Amino acid sequence: MPLKSPLRFVLVTAVLAAVLVLGAVFSLALGSARIPVPDVVRALTGQAGTGPFTTIVLDVRLPRVLLAAVVGAGLAVVGTVLQALVRNPLADPYLLGISSGASTGAVVVVVLGVSAVSMPFGAFVGSMVALLVVYSMARRGGSMTTGRLVLAGVAVQYVLSALTSLLLVTSSDTQHLRAILFWTLGGLGQARWHSLTVPALVLLVGLVLLLALARPLDLLLVGEEGATVLGLDTAKFRAAVFVLASLVTAVLVTVSGSIGFVGLMVPHAARMAVGASHRALLPVAALGGAAFLVLADLAARTVAAPEEIPVGVLTALTGGPFFLWLLRRGRRTEGMAE
Amino acid sequence: MTVTTGTQRQPEPGPGPGPGQHTEAEGRTANRAAGLRALKVSYGVGERARHLLVDGVDLEAAPGETIGVVGPNGSGKTTLLRCVYGTLSPTSGQLLLDGRDMTGMSTKERARSVAAVPQDAGGGFGLTVQQAVAMGRSPHKRFWEGDTARDAAYVREALERTGATELAERRVDELSGGERQRVLVARALVQEPALLVLDEPTNHLDVRYQWELLALVDGLAATSVLALHDLNLAAYFCDRIYVLDAGRVVKGGPPAEVLTEEMLAEVYGVRAEVSVHPATGAPTVVYLPPTAAVRAKSVRAESARAESSQAGPSQAGPSQAGPSQAVHR
Repeated sequence: MPLKSPLRFVLVTAVLAAVLVLGAVFSLALGSARIPVPDVVRALTGQAGTGPFTTIVLDVRLPRVLLAAVVGAGLAVVGTVLQALVRNPLADPYLLGISSGASTGAVVVVVLGVSAVSMPFGAFVGSMVALLVVYSMARRGGSMTTGRLVLAGVAVQYVLSALTSLLLVTSSDTQHLRAILFWTLGGLGQARWHSLTVPALVLLVGLVLLLALARPLDLLLVGEEGATVLGLDTAKFRAAVFVLASLVTAVLVTVSGSIGFVGLMVPHAARMAVGASHRALLPVAALGGAAFLVLADLAARTVAAPEEIPVGVLTALTGGPFFLWLLRRGRRTEGMAE
Repeated sequence: MTVTTGTQRQPEPGPGPGPGQHTEAEGRTANRAAGLRALKVSYGVGERARHLLVDGVDLEAAPGETIGVVGPNGSGKTTLLRCVYGTLSPTSGQLLLDGRDMTGMSTKERARSVAAVPQDAGGGFGLTVQQAVAMGRSPHKRFWEGDTARDAAYVREALERTGATELAERRVDELSGGERQRVLVARALVQEPALLVLDEPTNHLDVRYQWELLALVDGLAATSVLALHDLNLAAYFCDRIYVLDAGRVVKGGPPAEVLTEEMLAEVYGVRAEVSVHPATGAPTVVYLPPTAAVRAKSVRAESARAESSQAGPSQAGPSQAGPSQAVHR
């Protein structure tokens, strides 16, 4: 690496922040109605009065851009942490069956027509149930091993997906299908100001906590035995961080469905950029995830306008090949060497 | 000398350290050594932990001593060491560090006094050598504390002492086995241990680094306990040697008492000559090609059907006779 790491960190952070801001501005300006950038700025600064532009910018597009940033950052952070926890580069936020729990929960609510509870609520409950099942299965016999946790997650995921399919097949309403697609493919179209507060707060608290835990997270990278020898109670710490990561994921899935590839790919790109130490890695991953998802959602809205492509489809379509390119390019990809 | 550093939790200042305090801390920790006592330590696995990998081991290391643990494959060396450095807890028996029961210590408290170089330490998942070695400061830090300039100095010094300075910016995943081994030792040094436990530290190392590494360990103030395959290295560097066989200590004492031709035949099933080397003054083992007698003996030892497979009854005498007969050619 030619650059000293602090300088590199500052540089990468600055570039990502610039991309995020530019992406956000374009997202506010572009869409079915094109709004000139000066008008966007005027609307944002409250100088535009109460015209239609102001409504579109402030009430429709801004919450969506912010939600994209929050969800992108959250998924990338959770992915980073989970990859460290299981020391496996293939880990992503949906590893533990949380996303399938959410979609099953939502489907159950829709299909059974339980009008008292909303779909997001059903999704959140579903993800929590999936989480509890995975944990109780993984913790059998005292200590929780990574291998058992991943296996339990995969098993729960299969069962829940099958359950969702079963409910879908037996129901004849196409309305249900549409609702289900949202959770399985992911989307940010439901963004409103009121649906923004909880995920933003959860992300902020999660990020601060994880940054405070940067040292023990680094310790996990040297392996179970190494971490213990260096004074980390790995069983306790892992369980605690898994719960934290799962809660953040559940909240994100509730508002955006499961948007693939962000949580898998961004952490890798960030690790290549600034190295594996979490103090630098977590902020860079958060910024990178936010920038990536804001841009992806911009594309999702505009590429095939007036039709909107589910953003999850787009992240997979662009992210997959990019990821493969990174793998080829990286002399030896971080962590992949194992 | 009373050493209480291990339990002391000094209020670490944040980013701006008080230099006077630190110098004092350094002076105190630089030459501390803790005594280790193992009392009837056992570790069992399987149903009700009945299959004992370590079976009632008594072991003592006085402060500053270098203690060798030797024995054939599967004799329980690694399991015993894991009990000492805390990734396993003994199913019975006691481990005392300066008289304090180690099972009562928290993981972190133990790590402030006991450093280890485990046998298979895995990679670094993208960490650089510099970062991986700096992890050794962790037991002395709160979770959220960053590394100071002083920590960087510790790391630099440790890398220098293990001959790993030029590796600092490399990624741990990219290192060879021997390089990785030296990085692990550097990490252990940075930990400032009073007791250093090393499991086969000379694995993967070429001859020069084997000797340099053990000389480094031997020269430390800290007490060290090492599992070693190479009996000649053990003979030269260790104050005392314990021989493990099937989880039990079958012999323990100064190298000259422990490393005998009889022991080698008995425990390892090999024919060897042991003599004091004039240049080193340490017992030196020269292995000899096996004879029929020794071969028959090791076969007998491994299979339980001893009576049925005695090929040459005149040659395969009682257990002690084999090697001494074989020696005079």
